[in-house]
Amino acid sequence: MADVIKKATRESYGEALAALAEKYPNLVVLDADLAAATKTGVFKKACPERFFDCGIAEANMMGVAAGLTTAGKIPFASTFAMFAAGRAFEIVRNSIGYPHLNVKIGATHAGISVGEDGATHQCNEDIALMRTIPGMTIINPADDVEAKAAVEAAINFEGPVYLRFGRLAAPVFNDAETYKFELGKGITLRDGKDVTIVATGLMVSESLEAAKLLEAEGIDARVINIHTIKPLDTELICKAAAETGLIVTVEEHSVIGGLGSAVADAVTENQPVPVVKIGVNDEYGHSGPAVELLKEFGLCADNIAATVKDAMAKK
Amino acid sequence: MDVTTKKQLQATACKVRMGVIEGTFCAKSGHPGGSMSISDLLTYLYFAKMHVDPSQPDMADRDRLVLSKGHCAPGLYSVLAQRGFFPYEELKSLRHIGALLQGHPCIHIPGVDMSSGSLGQGISTACGMALAGKMDNASYKVYSILGDGEIEEGQVWEAAMFAAHYKLDNLVAIVDNNGLQIDGPITEVCSPEPITDKFAAFGWHVITMDAHDFDSIEAAFDEAETIVGKPVAIIQKSVKGKGVSFMENQVGWHGKAPNQTEYEQAMAELNAQLSELEG
Repeated sequence: MADVIKKATRESYGEALAALAEKYPNLVVLDADLAAATKTGVFKKACPERFFDCGIAEANMMGVAAGLTTAGKIPFASTFAMFAAGRAFEIVRNSIGYPHLNVKIGATHAGISVGEDGATHQCNEDIALMRTIPGMTIINPADDVEAKAAVEAAINFEGPVYLRFGRLAAPVFNDAETYKFELGKGITLRDGKDVTIVATGLMVSESLEAAKLLEAEGIDARVINIHTIKPLDTELICKAAAETGLIVTVEEHSVIGGLGSAVADAVTENQPVPVVKIGVNDEYGHSGPAVELLKEFGLCADNIAATVKDAMAKK
Repeated sequence: MDVTTKKQLQATACKVRMGVIEGTFCAKSGHPGGSMSISDLLTYLYFAKMHVDPSQPDMADRDRLVLSKGHCAPGLYSVLAQRGFFPYEELKSLRHIGALLQGHPCIHIPGVDMSSGSLGQGISTACGMALAGKMDNASYKVYSILGDGEIEEGQVWEAAMFAAHYKLDNLVAIVDNNGLQIDGPITEVCSPEPITDKFAAFGWHVITMDAHDFDSIEAAFDEAETIVGKPVAIIQKSVKGKGVSFMENQVGWHGKAPNQTEYEQAMAELNAQLSELEG
């Protein structure tokens, strides 16, 4: 695996914005004093006249983004997930969601893989919060290729979009030449008949690794990448539920309200089968190197495989 | 301002206040006090100042208004009805199920430029509109009306910092300084004073005006036109509930609808004022 290219999706975010600046003259980027970390600094360098630093004032930034849309601009309001979805939640709901404005929220540093900064900055609640806003689209890309495609898809979609990016370098497993991003459509990365692993973001590549481990144990696992958590590809998930009879969800997010909850909602209503959720349990993270934290919280191929193996008994 | 224009504006403001009473009476709820303290301001803006066209509410070069103190929607709706954005009859179904006119401003209502009502948020959206205007070298101005209680919200000062930093001289914020908020006088609840000094310290050009004197209003907005490189804050000294004797300066009329007797008395007072102006 030494030759696998790794890249953080926040890097992809900044690069995609810069690359798309010329093609989309209405594209505007806002940041809240984190341009070096969210990587919007790459856009700032390429297109300084369309970059506005709002300072450490995320609430105002979301409102400014809302106002910009009324003149046809397509603003990407960028900050850490903790502040985009957490601190600014009510502004996102009332100034962006309720009037259904064309704001794109670029939320980086999501999940516990923020690492050393610890619990205050490890946002495991953002998907849950954003899911409750009517009309909000939520995208959590899995690698560099998907992240870049998601940014352009968000530009071409009319309405509010929450894009979730990570700090930690993630394996690039999609092929840029052939990859196609379809908003709201899950991607079956590996077929299988015994169980379906439904994963999102950083956990997709871990789930693919887990499927290989399971194969060695005689378990044929299907792996679905859900990059769009809302609207959810209910059809693909329910088909998998019907065909494999068991679903295990994996996300770098709280098990409360995120992908697992969305999948459980869909399956319970349409195609009831057991759903087992892997994610951050009802607790805060803490400081430490990202990779070690992911292992500690069970967000790694080994634990996914072990959990799936145990879950087989529920069938 | 010439006497005829002033009388016309005063008469229109009187009709705007009648619409506020009508709307809140029919809704059996809503916020008449603060709506009436901004009725003259709204009348001046929509009848003497802003470039708007009721037949094209979304026209690109229109002046924009964000009612950051969104609970005073009855005032905004009433002036929009007077200006012809929608029929006066709509005021009678304010806050009803299925009605056009929601309890707080909604962007889907003709003439309403932004949804608002959660305090502190409107001024930020107005900053975004003004920034877009600057980027596009557009001719339009952006006005935003805030309450003096509303400016206790921290987001207002984030926006104030932003507007000055980006030199949004196409933005005029008007603070309705009627001195009262839900829990009592602003100086007793959690004082936002000194308001003028605060905006000046944040890099704004500050003007004060008498909210119920059209000469003073005109002078303030004329001065605002001359300011380059800074956003403008107009602090208007106003009377909550202005125009109806028993509502004036009464904190209880912040968010309460008139009953039948109060409705009749308020309308009688406003009708008398209107007759005098039109007589």
